[in-house]
Amino acid sequence: MTDDAENALLVAMKGVTKRFTGVVANEDVDFDVRPGEVHALLGENGAGKSTLMNILYGLYHPDEGTITIRGVAKNFSSPRDAIAAGIGMVHQHFMLIPSQKVWENMILGLDDIPAILPRNEIVRRITDLSEQYGLRVDPMANVWQLSIGEQQRVAILQMLFRKANILILDEPTAVLTPQEAERLFKTISQMTSEGHGVVFISHKLDEVMRITDRVTILRKGHVAGRVDTKSTSREQLAEMMMGERVPFSISKPAIEPGNRVLEAERITVLGDRGFPAVNRLTLDIREHEILGLAGVAGNGQQELCEALSGLRKLESGNVVLDGAAISGLAPRTFIDRGIRYIPADRKGTGLVPNMNVEENSILKKYWSHPVARGYLIDWKHVFEFARSLVSRYSVSTPSLYTPVRNLSGGNLQKLMLGRELSDSPRVVIAMHPTWGLDVSATRFVREQLLEERKNGAAVLLVSEDLDELLALSDRLAVICKGELMGIIGDPSAVTLETIGLMMAGTPVESIANPTGGLEQCG
Amino acid sequence: MRIGSRPSSGFLSWTIEKRLDAPRRLQFAIPAFSLVAALVTGAVFLALMGVSPFEAYSAMFRAAFGDGYGISETLVKAIPLSMAAIAVMLCFTMLVYNIGAEGQIFMGAIASAAVVRYFPVDNAPAMLLMMAAAAGIAGGVWAAMAGYLRARWNVNEIISTLMLNYIAIHLMDYFVYGPWRDPASLGFPMTAPFPDAARLPLLFGTRIHMGLFAAVFLAILFLVLIRYTRWGYEIRVLGENPKAAGFAGINYVRNVILVMFISGAIAGIAGMCEVSGLQGRLQHGFSAGYGFTAIIVAWLSRLNPIAILFVSVLIGALLVGGETLQIVMRLPLSSTLILQGLILFFVLGGEIFRTYRIRFRREDA
Repeated sequence: MTDDAENALLVAMKGVTKRFTGVVANEDVDFDVRPGEVHALLGENGAGKSTLMNILYGLYHPDEGTITIRGVAKNFSSPRDAIAAGIGMVHQHFMLIPSQKVWENMILGLDDIPAILPRNEIVRRITDLSEQYGLRVDPMANVWQLSIGEQQRVAILQMLFRKANILILDEPTAVLTPQEAERLFKTISQMTSEGHGVVFISHKLDEVMRITDRVTILRKGHVAGRVDTKSTSREQLAEMMMGERVPFSISKPAIEPGNRVLEAERITVLGDRGFPAVNRLTLDIREHEILGLAGVAGNGQQELCEALSGLRKLESGNVVLDGAAISGLAPRTFIDRGIRYIPADRKGTGLVPNMNVEENSILKKYWSHPVARGYLIDWKHVFEFARSLVSRYSVSTPSLYTPVRNLSGGNLQKLMLGRELSDSPRVVIAMHPTWGLDVSATRFVREQLLEERKNGAAVLLVSEDLDELLALSDRLAVICKGELMGIIGDPSAVTLETIGLMMAGTPVESIANPTGGLEQCG
Repeated sequence: MRIGSRPSSGFLSWTIEKRLDAPRRLQFAIPAFSLVAALVTGAVFLALMGVSPFEAYSAMFRAAFGDGYGISETLVKAIPLSMAAIAVMLCFTMLVYNIGAEGQIFMGAIASAAVVRYFPVDNAPAMLLMMAAAAGIAGGVWAAMAGYLRARWNVNEIISTLMLNYIAIHLMDYFVYGPWRDPASLGFPMTAPFPDAARLPLLFGTRIHMGLFAAVFLAILFLVLIRYTRWGYEIRVLGENPKAAGFAGINYVRNVILVMFISGAIAGIAGMCEVSGLQGRLQHGFSAGYGFTAIIVAWLSRLNPIAILFVSVLIGALLVGGETLQIVMRLPLSSTLILQGLILFFVLGGEIFRTYRIRFRREDA
């Protein structure tokens, strides 16, 4: 490449290598961003995408390799340096202060702020930027009151406010509704039309195909390929990601559902802030059935799952297992009766990050025989159990004594899934079980859920991935603001538009021509 | 408003990076290096006071380990330290910050003295058992009060246990200055000497008492409890991730109160050992701040009960050596406390290198 072409690049990373103790996260990676392009970074979990972008954002320092920004060699020692060079990153978990207002969040981490904050000036700039990029948000709103989609707009605004013209978006659509995702894509195209460069990290191949110009695929820390989006296909990208062909379709044998296993009868549940998060909701799940639950994040799914697994008190209503009310019983009784919950927050709720694989494997059974013998834990037995769990659910870990905080997202999920599913549960409540996982781990998780369905479990699957819900669910419930918008009896025959309308708050009975067989509820 | 950047700060710059996992050799190298760094810093401080650090350190070492008497004095101090450290270790394992071991020691001492005063028995084992039971209950209840407040109303246990310390210390002063003062004490704030039946047997003809066995027994007991029992597992999960504990149906409220009670009971029994084994009476200022120093011991031991035994001996030696500094080198007591503080400061500060590393590099421009 000539010097001129080099200087025209916004970002040029060359020969970047980064090792952690015993692990090569990136090896000899080249990556660049041209002005006005969307460059997708694709790869399985643990392929090194986050490490590479954290290096570009100044969070890590590369062991080898160079970073050039607009032709100038740079050596970032912190995100501040990267920000000063015009790089902005929107993480999956937004770096916002929930208790502060939108405008206050804009100046987070900036130097040279006058002692008396120039609020009006800040608000005016927010308004200008909002209009320019279609990022509608109220500068005076408290961040905690905003929806996830709005918070993401604030996070993007924060970067634009710092005059970032190289924007790294880490799985931005994972938390958005289809409609919100559309708006984000418009914002992205506005940015690129002004010559900004966007790095788009995603697992969703459809989006990558639709909105990006080039795709770089990482595999095991190496660049596995770089293609122009125009001249590639979903299948080719998937192949490059995995190194082998993994078919996209998943076979779901037809099984006649059995008896009702778990029922929620007009349950009302309060959220953490004391307002009803689930409102007089009724649903049931049967044997050999996966009930999908669709909804925009934060519409009561979490509270519903917690109520159904005994972790959250009901304000009113009943949870019934096999015909007997169980609401009000201790959480452990729910576990002992075979209700298993796979929470979305793996490290925060489902696992104990500082404890090792072995210790985490018995979190749901340490009190019962044969793991426990009297008051003692039989660690020899635990070792055998953990070893079989790890091999049966193909958890890749250096040893059973590795703290689980060091496992990758996919392996964390396999470990947790194995723990929850290993002793034939009656009910499985799975919240975002494939969130953030790579293609093969995702496939594995889905197969396990189908396996439980085959074995007779009643499965509640909460997901934001509509394709996943449509492919796995026997029936699909849609929730909005804690209320059930309806249950679709034949998910394969429904249109995405109908689901989108329901997610946005339209009850199924008010939709003029909802395609597909419908079953009313509530 | 300008958007600024950090000015380039010279030729060599450094960043702090997270380690993925601490190499095993660092587990020992870091605390050892921290200890050396503390002693070196202490040496500078001793030199500033006009004392030869080498002389001071070797005098301290000889005083603590040089002869039978020194060793026995070191162990005498290590006994209450290790018991109190086991007490706070249990709480810290669950991330409940009981810093009230000192008060619980005092409550245990008061209760055992009360038993001696009001229910004297002539049978030594019976007398000692009654004293230990009373001390355990008194210390346990004292701590469990803070535990209950924490569990029920989320009252910060650091504040409540700290405050309860002062109440306990002054409560004891009330008794030894007032109703329980020995008329024959010539006005000193102390009770009458305990009868022989209320004295813990001494060992090897030294001042070391049976509390030594109690300390070793408790260390082994809690090692087993924490590592091998269901309850120990629950405590660890509660400490590491309370959310995951709730998810597994582990009862937080009950365990906070229980852990605080047990912790207070151990500290209370440490207090009983101190008055029954060493002092033979209840007297003003009988504890040299063991309940506070125990916090240091527990942290330095990384909450390992067996390590607590060894670290207690080390700190006990430091206390004995410190007394020598006062006598031989004519340094104030506070100089010992400064040395202790330095050690804690460096060892806890060194922890950062377990999870982070510093990377130096040349600045390009």
